[in-house]
Amino acid sequence: MTVREIPRIVSARWDTDDAHTLRGYLATGGYEGLRKALSMAPADVVAEVTGATVQGRGGAGFPAGNKWKFLDDKGFPRWIVVNGDESEPGTYKDRIIMERDPHMVIEGALITAYACKASQVFLYVRGEMALAQERIATALNDAYAADYIGKKILDTEWSVDVTLHWGAGAYIVGDETALLESLEGNRGMPRPKPPFFPAALGLYLQPTIVNNVETLSNVPWIMVNGAEAFAAIGSEKSNGTRLIAVSGHVNRPGTYEVECGVVTFRDLLYDASLGGGIRGGRDLKAFIPGGGSSPWFFEEHLDLPLEASVVGPAGSMLGSGAVVAMDDTTDMVRACWRLVRFYAKESCGKCTPCREGTAWLETILARILDGHGRPEDLALLVDVGDNISPGPFPGPSIEPGGAPFAPFPYKKTTICDLGPSVVSPLMSALRRFRHEFEAYIASGVGPEVIASA
Amino acid sequence: MARLTPENLGTAQAIIARYPRPRSALVPLCHLAQEQDGYLSEDAMEHIAELLGTTPAEVYGTASFYEMFKLHPVGKYLVGVCTNISCMLNGAYELVAHAEQKLGVKLGGTTPDGLFTLEEMECLAACTIAPCVQVNYRYEGNVTPSDFDSLVDSLRAGTKHGVPPHGTLSTVRQMPTNRWADSGRQELHAP
Repeated sequence: MTVREIPRIVSARWDTDDAHTLRGYLATGGYEGLRKALSMAPADVVAEVTGATVQGRGGAGFPAGNKWKFLDDKGFPRWIVVNGDESEPGTYKDRIIMERDPHMVIEGALITAYACKASQVFLYVRGEMALAQERIATALNDAYAADYIGKKILDTEWSVDVTLHWGAGAYIVGDETALLESLEGNRGMPRPKPPFFPAALGLYLQPTIVNNVETLSNVPWIMVNGAEAFAAIGSEKSNGTRLIAVSGHVNRPGTYEVECGVVTFRDLLYDASLGGGIRGGRDLKAFIPGGGSSPWFFEEHLDLPLEASVVGPAGSMLGSGAVVAMDDTTDMVRACWRLVRFYAKESCGKCTPCREGTAWLETILARILDGHGRPEDLALLVDVGDNISPGPFPGPSIEPGGAPFAPFPYKKTTICDLGPSVVSPLMSALRRFRHEFEAYIASGVGPEVIASA
Repeated sequence: MARLTPENLGTAQAIIARYPRPRSALVPLCHLAQEQDGYLSEDAMEHIAELLGTTPAEVYGTASFYEMFKLHPVGKYLVGVCTNISCMLNGAYELVAHAEQKLGVKLGGTTPDGLFTLEEMECLAACTIAPCVQVNYRYEGNVTPSDFDSLVDSLRAGTKHGVPPHGTLSTVRQMPTNRWADSGRQELHAP
């Protein structure tokens, strides 16, 4: 049993009804972290957070403090952007933080702004989350009125503004550079990195720190309890806790705060306090370990811990913290098609391999499902996938001595990771369930009927 | 339909003032126009372009990228059924088929009375209450076909509360009174 009692860091107030109000937040230790940070020098705040090593919770897993250190001593004004455009399939954590504990996000962002000497914070909240926007807007209005934000806050010489920004429905905006484009009033298309690393050339081509909602929500706790207490939770390589959204064919779907690097996928899916087992006592066929973009895992991966350095070499990633279980009744061709269709729909169209490739993958999979598949389609799928993410798609066979956090970064012919993400469900399903594709193709009508397709 | 009303013009100017560069207010202003008219009209986009010092084509080019901006009138209630992986595993496509039958329109269609537009949505970050439906971006979880029927019936009867007409996103607006920027912020450098 690896599920042990741990302090709840980001979900501490979820059981309190009025935690989203300023009064409820203050009654549970709110804004203590900000007060403490303001009593320290900005560099010391950066050192404290770096000491805690908060791996980014958005998907790429880059430690928050290290990101902040990329800022040099020049380059002002600079901005903090909070990425609340959570739309990865299966992910359900940032929204719940923003709805139930909006002040915690604001406090984390304020501490970050102070540490990074930024003059304005932008809270980018996904458009479809009306309640989260209402809660954050109320929280901002209250916090401004109570002098936690604005000019010379809390009797110090430090001033900052926080602006709530509404998204308008685009998955790609979850990519940090696409988010900045969107925030500048443009189509949300990613910028190439290099040269557009946000810490150097971000919003309005000025230094910008983009952090995920959950990542920043850890910061107030770290300020109050110290980096050491944070590092004491989790494993040696991954500190703290993570929110994991468990969904699909499980008895107890939900968002759970678990210890990094210690809890295993088996715990998540089967522990009575977490996923509670597969629905109807059925067998597990496959599961998605880190959101729609991550290669699938199977029965034999259940005992892996939620540790990036273990999951990576095993051929997948922890991504955005979403585990989706599929039981033995699941049609894998259909599941694969649905995920591929998502990427085809959400491709921004900037890079040709992704724009054309995702659409063709979806078309081919749809015709297989419709009974019009051709025997050569399976090789064609692999070929199209190879044009987006060249070479053997990251799997357990990754060369020894390779990147420890494989498969990130994917090999890719595109600017951002949306392109290669489509290859994850495709190659996972094709490798493991090839016979299901073949059965679909064998039972379909002859290729002459759809020669025009 | 129309350009922004005088009242909304004031709100628009307050929104623009919140950003270091006016162009950043483009998406929020499109939301404002959509809130006014129920969809994003050409007149409104022209007005937004004037306010931001850009061209209507730039506004249209940006707005057409985003899923939520409706460039043609839609129903008073935008009913979106999520069909992404977790919802699909929990019967979302069966729910879509039922919804099409109940409303008498196909996905993307609007009922003749102008009340409902049915849409297929991508992952709505509510996978633990799959299958999930949004009405004007307000959540309904674990929706069974009979739940869907009573949802539609209550919307039709006007007895469903907490769902403003399409276009109104957040009913709370950020209205800070103590902004640093308003107090003559000059020095945009390190403290």
